[in-house]
Amino acid sequence: MNSAVITSGLSAALDYTTPLLCACLAGLWSERAGIVDIALEGKLLVAAFAAAVAASASGSAYIGLLAGILASLALAFVHGYAAIDRNGNQIVSGAALNMVASGLTALVGNAWYHHGGRTPPLAGAARFRGLHLPGSAALAHVPWIGPLYAQVISGHALPVYAALALVPITAYVLKATRFGLRLRAVGENPAAVDNAGISVRAMRYAGVAMCGLYCGIGGTYLSVAANAGFLRDMTAGTGFIALAALVFAKWRPWPALATCFVFGLLNAIADRLQGLVLPGLGKVPVQAVQALPYLATVILLSGFIGAAVAPRASGVPYIKARA
Amino acid sequence: MSPRQRALAEAVLVPLATIGFAFLVSGLVVLIIGENPLIVARLMIAGSLGSSEGLGYTLFYTTDFIFAGLAVAVAYQAGLFNIGADGQAYVAGLGVTLMAIALPGLSPWLLLPLCVGAGAGAGALWAFIPAWLQARRGSHIVITTIMFNWLATDLMSYLLVNVLRPKGDMQPESAALPAGARMPAFSHVARAFGLNLTPTPLNGAFILALLAAFGVWLWLFRTRSGYGLRVAGVNRRAAAYAGISASAMIIVAMLVSGALAGGVAVNEVMGSQGRLLIDFTSGFGFVGIAVALMGRGHPLGVVLAGVLFGMLYQGGAELAFDVPAVTRDMILVIQGLVVYFAGALEGLFRARIRALLAGRAAAVVAS
Repeated sequence: MNSAVITSGLSAALDYTTPLLCACLAGLWSERAGIVDIALEGKLLVAAFAAAVAASASGSAYIGLLAGILASLALAFVHGYAAIDRNGNQIVSGAALNMVASGLTALVGNAWYHHGGRTPPLAGAARFRGLHLPGSAALAHVPWIGPLYAQVISGHALPVYAALALVPITAYVLKATRFGLRLRAVGENPAAVDNAGISVRAMRYAGVAMCGLYCGIGGTYLSVAANAGFLRDMTAGTGFIALAALVFAKWRPWPALATCFVFGLLNAIADRLQGLVLPGLGKVPVQAVQALPYLATVILLSGFIGAAVAPRASGVPYIKARA
Repeated sequence: MSPRQRALAEAVLVPLATIGFAFLVSGLVVLIIGENPLIVARLMIAGSLGSSEGLGYTLFYTTDFIFAGLAVAVAYQAGLFNIGADGQAYVAGLGVTLMAIALPGLSPWLLLPLCVGAGAGAGALWAFIPAWLQARRGSHIVITTIMFNWLATDLMSYLLVNVLRPKGDMQPESAALPAGARMPAFSHVARAFGLNLTPTPLNGAFILALLAAFGVWLWLFRTRSGYGLRVAGVNRRAAAYAGISASAMIIVAMLVSGALAGGVAVNEVMGSQGRLLIDFTSGFGFVGIAVALMGRGHPLGVVLAGVLFGMLYQGGAELAFDVPAVTRDMILVIQGLVVYFAGALEGLFRARIRALLAGRAAAVVAS
């Protein structure tokens, strides 16, 4: 295998990682605040749709990003209302919003554009293009580092770098700020936070809002950067793999990056394996590679190799004791 | 109003209020895309009930939704959220197909029950692993059943593309099922009695679905083990105190749930398509969530909600011919809204209606 195959594979893996990472960190924010969210998929989908619509109408990818984030936030708050204000079942609410998102984007997309849910193709400034990071040309000939920098790290669209930047930001805010500490406390022991005079409701809404924001970036990436428009159900399970990655990362930001990159790499490998014959093994089934994240998560959840423990109060409505 | 009457009124009014709200919001969506919701509603009712053909298709879809709804409802009664009915139904299709292809020459009297059993067994097997992991290892069944849905997708697409597809066939689908494994269609049976019905895919699986609903009711509400399952669903500790093993109940509930989901495969593969197609479940396992929540986990409620969703699916298919802007995705929106209102906001609706009923009772007492 030559180095060009490796660098292009790694570069593709980084592209696959981006929406996954956004959704995974989004789920992390929500669950660390005590709100289980299985509607990451739905949020990615409405964000992708709204972003493509706004970008095609305005001709600006940035307007698209804004619309994607707003749409995702709207869905996040619908979930927040059921989960936080109404003590509703969070799993049920999430399942409902996935259906609504899938149906609504296809329905409205078809009614507006008459192309089976496809939005008009985006071109030029309406799309996020690959950025050439400073010095990538100069460094290209340095052995090892050069190709890695010029062909793997450089050349991606803005949301890719935004997603990567979210990892240290999430890690820092959750670990080292007062806001982050309170948010985590709300996911572990809301009664203690309440007793300290801090609003559980506000902190949980903050977690839900962060979840909406991150999914908005991830969804926008799908339709305005990775592809030139929206296709119905284009998320194709990304939100669910993100859920798996979240369990795998044990609800922590840096392991989330590592897990999402490994899952992204699996996708890139699956792409390149189409029709490849390995000596002794025969033709490698693409589906086997695609199934690996799901299989690995089930095995991890079964507790045979290490344990994955969710935030203690996640999924549990907080009902304030009345005096 | 006696407490019993009030409970009954609540059981009827809460689902009606939630579906009413879901229709209201969907009507707004229809308005936004520039169509008239009243015309849309009229076309859907005419399309689903207005002809023997429409009715046949409505009941055909109803069959799928009763099975899927019962699958979710049985798990729900045991306190479990089975989001994996779709994957269980999909793998059940494999069970049906393998049995039918293995014994092609068998008399239908033997082959039909064997195929139904193979479907139920395969569905139960696919549900067993998440159930066992929940009962013995404490793995969250929601996450594992989601993962098993995707594993089913990958497994089945591998098998259909590489193993089951007949040589020279371009489509990823199995060979046709032998005639003895085909569920008799209603229109065929009717013709034998001299009745000339427009052929629809409505088949014997519809009767099986009604029998299954009755059986589930009998089991849940009239037997000791069904009672134990419901106790374990409401309060695991109370169940343990009464000598009921919660982990045994988890496994039993999920086995039955997966087997019931297999009914979707019976209706689709044996009753309609006659071969195993890729993604033949079309997300019907998720419709089961809406049906079970609207039917409040009760078999009778599931049957009624199943008919309603059958009407929506058939009406939606007809509607797409007359009003091209409103595609069948509209039904997915309604379905999601029903799950949201009847499931996630159930407490809100119940509290309002309870207050309303109590207010009326108080007014009667005052007068």
